[in-house]
Amino acid sequence: MLACCSVSRTIQRNGHPALKLLENISFFVEQGATLAVLGASGAGKSTLLRLLNRLDEPSGGQIMLAGKNTAEIDARQLRRKVGMVMQRAYLFPGCVADNIRFGPAQFGQTMTDAEIAGLLEQVGLAGYEQREAHTLSGGEAQRVALARALANRPQVLLLDEPTSALDEEAKQGVEQLLLSVVQQDRLTCVWVTHDRAQARRVGQRALLLSEGRVIADGSLDEVLGA
Amino acid sequence: MVRSMRSWVLNYLVHSELTRGIAQAATVAVFVLLTAWFAAQRGAASIGEIFVAVTRAIVQILVVGLLLVILMKTPWWTAIPVLAGMIVAAATIAAKRAPEVPRTFQITLICICAGAGTTILVMTALGIIDKQMRMLLPVGSMIIANTMNIAALYLNRFVGEIRSHIGELESAIALGAAGDTAALPYSRAAFRASLIPAIDNLRSLGIVWIPGIMAGMVLSGSSPLYAALYQFVVLGMIFISGSITSITASQLLPRNIFNAREQLLIRDAVEE
Repeated sequence: MLACCSVSRTIQRNGHPALKLLENISFFVEQGATLAVLGASGAGKSTLLRLLNRLDEPSGGQIMLAGKNTAEIDARQLRRKVGMVMQRAYLFPGCVADNIRFGPAQFGQTMTDAEIAGLLEQVGLAGYEQREAHTLSGGEAQRVALARALANRPQVLLLDEPTSALDEEAKQGVEQLLLSVVQQDRLTCVWVTHDRAQARRVGQRALLLSEGRVIADGSLDEVLGA
Repeated sequence: MVRSMRSWVLNYLVHSELTRGIAQAATVAVFVLLTAWFAAQRGAASIGEIFVAVTRAIVQILVVGLLLVILMKTPWWTAIPVLAGMIVAAATIAAKRAPEVPRTFQITLICICAGAGTTILVMTALGIIDKQMRMLLPVGSMIIANTMNIAALYLNRFVGEIRSHIGELESAIALGAAGDTAALPYSRAAFRASLIPAIDNLRSLGIVWIPGIMAGMVLSGSSPLYAALYQFVVLGMIFISGSITSITASQLLPRNIFNAREQLLIRDAVEE
């Protein structure tokens, strides 16, 4: 479903030598499976997700989605198919319903009130449509961010440490919610985490990065140790 | 009596108009540097930077004074290349507010041409600005200087807004938004902020300040009522040109910080 073939990313900075952020990254995620991406801070985990959503451009290699090179897909259409939930929710000003409508509206589609209510129910926030985004707690905001990404009906969901900015109680709730949504919607998922225990709970396979390179790729036991 | 008391110190030392001017400028420059020194002590500014700015201002204005002596004797149309040169200089200065934005000079040049150029052209054609060197040059330069400030304010605020809302902006892009749609709230904030000085000038006209043109016209013997009306005309033109500049910037700049794949071009090279 989603594959990276020798993907690299190098950035040029004025007055500094070129910086290699990712080098020769290759992996494959099957339809409906979750790949846990692990690594220390600065290993290139978020950079990898940004390339998959095409917020940035790879310097080399290919990213394939359902057998098609993503470089050949219109960037906006690709982002619709490859949803992303960031570490922080970054909700837009306005109410919860406005946030959820945002994605489909970019493609000229209007969501019905029932569709919005259904998504909010799915993320455990039934009745939150008119709540102002800035009044939500961290956990609630992250649930809205998930509903906002799901509103685009993505095939792939990229999760960039989605629970790391939350307190313990909210962390468990959001993790369980994400797991149930991914399973229920049979989403292909790339879940970035620095927490090995979380990687074991959420992934079927794991990818370990260090300094922009793949150190290990395989089953959870192979990568994380039995 | 009061006037003679006020100018007593300088008149005591200097007698000719030019030497008096030099003495006045030098006195003010000393106070500017003193103020800069106090600001530098509190980390608010660099004294070296202010010293260069003051020196540059004195040299520039003296050169302009000498040029004006020559220009006032030339036909009105010689104002055109002079004003065009001022527009290019203004665009260069305003562009320095956001060096990280690609093609900033072209954008500020288009914005200032659209705002100041169009206003000066239309107002001269309508006879509101007299087709005379002594009117075209000072009024034109005032309009250009204000559009430069507005373009610089817009750029500065817009880039600041983008930097402080990069998460929201990229969340919108990640959901499939076009770059200019994602940047719209920040472009609006920059538009509002850039016009605050022009609006405040209109609002406070005559109450907080009596601007230079009116004072100059009264001193040169014009009717105070006509001088007051013309001052409104000048501020109105400044507002019009400023608004056009800011509107043009808000049309051009948001599009310019993204590439064709809607990827943000001014994102810091810091990842993770």
